[in-house]
This record gives sequence, structure tokens and C-alpha cells, in this order.
Amino acid sequence: MSLIELDHLVKSFGMVPALTDLTLAVPEGCLYGFLGPNGAGKTTTLRILATLLSPDHGRVIVAGVDALQNPRQVRQILGYVAQEVAIDKILTGRELLALQGDLYHLPRMDRNQRIDDLIQRLSMGDWIDRRCGTYSGGMRRRLDLAAGLLHSPRLLVLDEPTVGLDLESRAVIWDVLQDLRDQGTTILLSSHYLEEVEALAERMAIIDAGRVIAEGSPEELKCALGGDRVTLRVREFSNQTEAEKVRELLDAVEGVRRIVINRAQGHSLNLVVDGDHVLPRLKQRLGESDLSVFSLAQSRPSLDDVYLQATGRTLMDAELAVVGQRDPKQERRQSMR
Amino acid sequence: MTNPAFDLSTPRQHQRSAMSELAQETGALTRRLFVQLQRRPSTLVAGILQPLIWLVLFGALFSRAPEGLLPGGVSYGRFLGAGVIVFTAFSGALNAGLPVMFDREFGFLNRLLVAPLRSRSSIVLASVIYITTLSLVQSLAIMITASLLGYGWPGAAGLVLVMVTLLLLVFAVTALSLGLAFALPGHIELIAVIFVANLPLLFASTALAPLSYMPPWLGWLAALNPLTFAIEPIRAAYAGPLDLSSVLLEAPYGDVTGTTCLLVLSLLTAGLFLLIRPLLNRKLA
Repeated sequence: MSLIELDHLVKSFGMVPALTDLTLAVPEGCLYGFLGPNGAGKTTTLRILATLLSPDHGRVIVAGVDALQNPRQVRQILGYVAQEVAIDKILTGRELLALQGDLYHLPRMDRNQRIDDLIQRLSMGDWIDRRCGTYSGGMRRRLDLAAGLLHSPRLLVLDEPTVGLDLESRAVIWDVLQDLRDQGTTILLSSHYLEEVEALAERMAIIDAGRVIAEGSPEELKCALGGDRVTLRVREFSNQTEAEKVRELLDAVEGVRRIVINRAQGHSLNLVVDGDHVLPRLKQRLGESDLSVFSLAQSRPSLDDVYLQATGRTLMDAELAVVGQRDPKQERRQSMR
Repeated sequence: MTNPAFDLSTPRQHQRSAMSELAQETGALTRRLFVQLQRRPSTLVAGILQPLIWLVLFGALFSRAPEGLLPGGVSYGRFLGAGVIVFTAFSGALNAGLPVMFDREFGFLNRLLVAPLRSRSSIVLASVIYITTLSLVQSLAIMITASLLGYGWPGAAGLVLVMVTLLLLVFAVTALSLGLAFALPGHIELIAVIFVANLPLLFASTALAPLSYMPPWLGWLAALNPLTFAIEPIRAAYAGPLDLSSVLLEAPYGDVTGTTCLLVLSLLTAGLFLLIRPLLNRKLA
């Protein structure tokens, strides 16, 4: 059963398309990663989900409720941690949480208990009674996460929760997210960090130019791309003839999908193989032909490979491409009521 | 898998009435505004200091005006008092939109809009409660100072009339300011409008001089200015026994009684709230 169903979402800001045709289903109880470069439409999607924006076309169903028809019902079960943390600098963290609790209509006793729990869980005790204006980025993010969790939402939506954070804050946030997932909360998390999605998400979608271009578990996506990467050398510097001879030899081994000779690195062989179990076979075949192994390095395909395969460019390139195009002023105006 | 000592995801059920939820959210939003004021009291202080300076300086400027020059033979200080009280409430209420505008600009409003508020009017209501209290406190401070300066004090019935009049004016101006806060693109523009609106409205009213001193065109403006409709009843309340049916203003278009003044202010308030409603509904949808 899907907790979130986004159905053919289309959204433009003036002439600029943000979502072209985005369809996505997030299963209940899942920690779901939403990966894509800046400007791909991640924030727009999450803002639509949080009922802050209406799509031009398409349907948004959360827990069986049409979010465009009954936004209030969706707001009650949804915690939203926005990318740009809006806090009131004059209030203390605790006062902000109390305000948030009142906006979600928590009874006072529950509210204060819940605030104390979250302060402890997110290690905010040392600074929670200081004014928010004095907080670092990591503190603000933790406070905002606490605010999002205050009403024990069934669905937690986080927009790039750890971008630019110190390591301690990041560790605390990751830890809490994993706990929540274990307790059954559905979490949708956008990120443009591959490692973050890889470390946390059970399922993920890659989004580019306002639509989903790949979907599945990180493992599936990587496997679909094709096996493990192996870099093999029979000696430190081979020549072309030797390398081709080895390639011919190994091509016949079961489980080897593809072999490329990397001339730039002393004619080393780059293999794509089905998995770990192929390695002994490679060694055996080389042994049978009296060839020794100088080095053998194995690596898994990364999500960057997945992204590259799906879009034809690396995530890094995609990031660099939009750096000059973004207009922070314009984006702020879009988010302003 | 659940950690019994700390469960992040305990679902909680609340069955609460709409009214109590509405009170809770409005109370919390209002409290926030007052905490801000308490920690940054400069708005409150400036809102009292400015009219006080008007009162002292303007009062002194015309203190040697010959007796009997003003209608009813009052001293200029007494005449000016009503104008400055209204001006205090007016300029206080004109600032109502500023906190809302800052919340829009800094994204705090989005935090409120993501929450399952019973009614989004609680955001507007909190601003109205806050600014009304603030303006009335400022006006009272001016009234007390004016009485210490010897400019008189209205009786008990007079005080009720003063408060009712100020309340109507504050509601109307607050509606206007909140409307502007949602219609204008940013706080720079809002402050510019407040700055431009403030003084001309004061000068083109009967705050500083009676209608009879003004050239006809200005007299027309002053007789149409909502501030005048607030100033005249308050001036009457200070002048002596209360009679709302007596003529307070001999306007170019006819005589205006106290009742008319209050009626005009009520209509203005209702009209402005109706005017900004579609805008608020759209922006807070």
C-alpha cells in the first residue's frame, strides 16, 4: 500500500517548467530517497506534498486522502522540514517548539513532555533555551527536525536535511531518521548527496528536469546497471597485445559481462561482472594459463554510475550546469505568499 | 523494534472541539507577538515618544495663541490633545502589517501554513488582537501624559467614548495595513507606504487646526478624512458632558454629529475588512 501517490504532476512558475510529468509512489513505512541535482524539481515536489503549492495538473494522494481537496487532513499526518529553515530569531528554541505544538493542537501536558523528549533525543539541551538567532546551521536544522516531529507525524518530509551541516548534527539527524523508520514512520527525504541516499534509503527515485527517470532500491538500481566493477592487471604495465590476450581469455568466463582495456592506466582491464562469485573463476582461468595477478580491485557500481546511465551526465556535471542559472531572488519570491 | 524508553512515533489521538483548537492556535500566535514586543520594546517606546514630542512641541508652538481663537474657547494644548491621541492609535495600527510582512518574507508564514490550523483567520486574528492592545496602551499613555501636562481628562462616560472611537479606528487601519502586507511585494514597500500615508493624513485632518482655519480645498479633504471622524468625538469627550447628537463638525457638505462620526468609522471598518477578505483568502488558501 502506498502512503504517497503523486500522479502526473505538472507545475510551472511563469514560463519556467519545474515539474514536467512526475509520477511517484512511496510505500508506507519506507525511508524513501529523492535524488537529483539542484533545480531538478525536488523542492517543488515536496512543497506540493506539504500542501504549500498546488500543481497545475495531476493528483496528490496521501494516506488515501486527496491533498488538493482536503489539505488539512494531510497536514495533520505530515511533518515537513523545509530546506530554508524559517525560525523566529527572538524566540528560544523551546518557545518555538511550544508554538508549533499549539499550532498542531497538542494538549499542554503532552506537548511539554514531547518537547522534553525531543530535546533529549536530538541533544539540544545545552542550547534550547537560548534565542534561535544565536544558533548555527546544524542547531537550526535539529530544531526544525524536532518541530517537524512534534506531532508524531505518520509521514515525515525532509528537504535536503543535512546540506551544509557539521558532522555531529548530520550524525544525530541520520540516527533519528533510522530510528523513526524502524518505528514505522514513512520518511521522504530529498538530497543531492549520493552517499546520504545510499546510506539511508531503502527505496529511491532519481529525478531530473521535473520527472522521475529511475526508481527502485539503491541495490536494484545499481544491479540493473550491471554487476560489480573489477580492475585487473596481470603486471604493472602491460602492453596492448598482452592485454588483448587476457581479455580474450576472460571473456569466456561465465559471469563476465564486458571488458574494457584502459590504455591510460598501463593497459589495465576494467571488467563488469555479475558479482563476487566471479572473482575466483577469473583467478582460476588466469592460473590455468600461467598468468599471475599483479593487482585485482573490486568495486560496486555507485549511484553516480546509475545517474550517469540514466541522464548521460554525472551528478557533478548536472550540479555545475545549474549553478549559474539559478536565481535565488526568483526562488524566494516563488516560496513567498 | 520499538524502544520503550523513547518512542518517536507514538500516534496520539485528540478529540478537541473546534473552538478550543481555534483558541489554542490564536493564543499561541498572539503570545508570540507579545514575546517579540517584550524582548524588542523599541516599537512600543517609539510609538509613545513620537506623539509625545508632537504634543509638547506643537503645544508649545501655539501656546501663545490668543484665548478664544479656537472654537469653544479651549487652549491649543487641549485642542491638540485629541488629535495626538488619535494620531497615536492611527500610526500604531498602521504598523499592524509589518510582522505579517516579515513572516511572509522570511518564510515563517509557510511554517504556519503547513500546520493543520483550524482556521487561517487565526493568523489575522492574532495580529488584530496584538496591534489593538498595543495601540490602545500607547494611546492611554499619551492620555495620561496629556492630563499631567494639564490638558484635561475625559469623564467616565467620555473615556468609554474615547475607547470605542479608538477601537473602531484601530480596526479599520489594521485591516488596511494587513491588506497592504499581503498585497505589497516586501517590507521596503510597506514601510514606504506607511511613511507616505502617515503625515499627510495627520495634516489633512482636524488634529492640528479646526476646519475654519483651512482653505476650502483642504477643508474638504479634512472633512472626508477618517481621522477627523475619530478626532471630533474624542475632542467632544474632553470638552464636557457627552451628547452624541450634537453637531461636532460643520463640514462643507453639512453638519456632522457624534453619532454620524461613529457610524462612518463602523462602516469604514466593515468595508475595509470586506475589501481585504478576498485577498487574505487567496494568500492564505
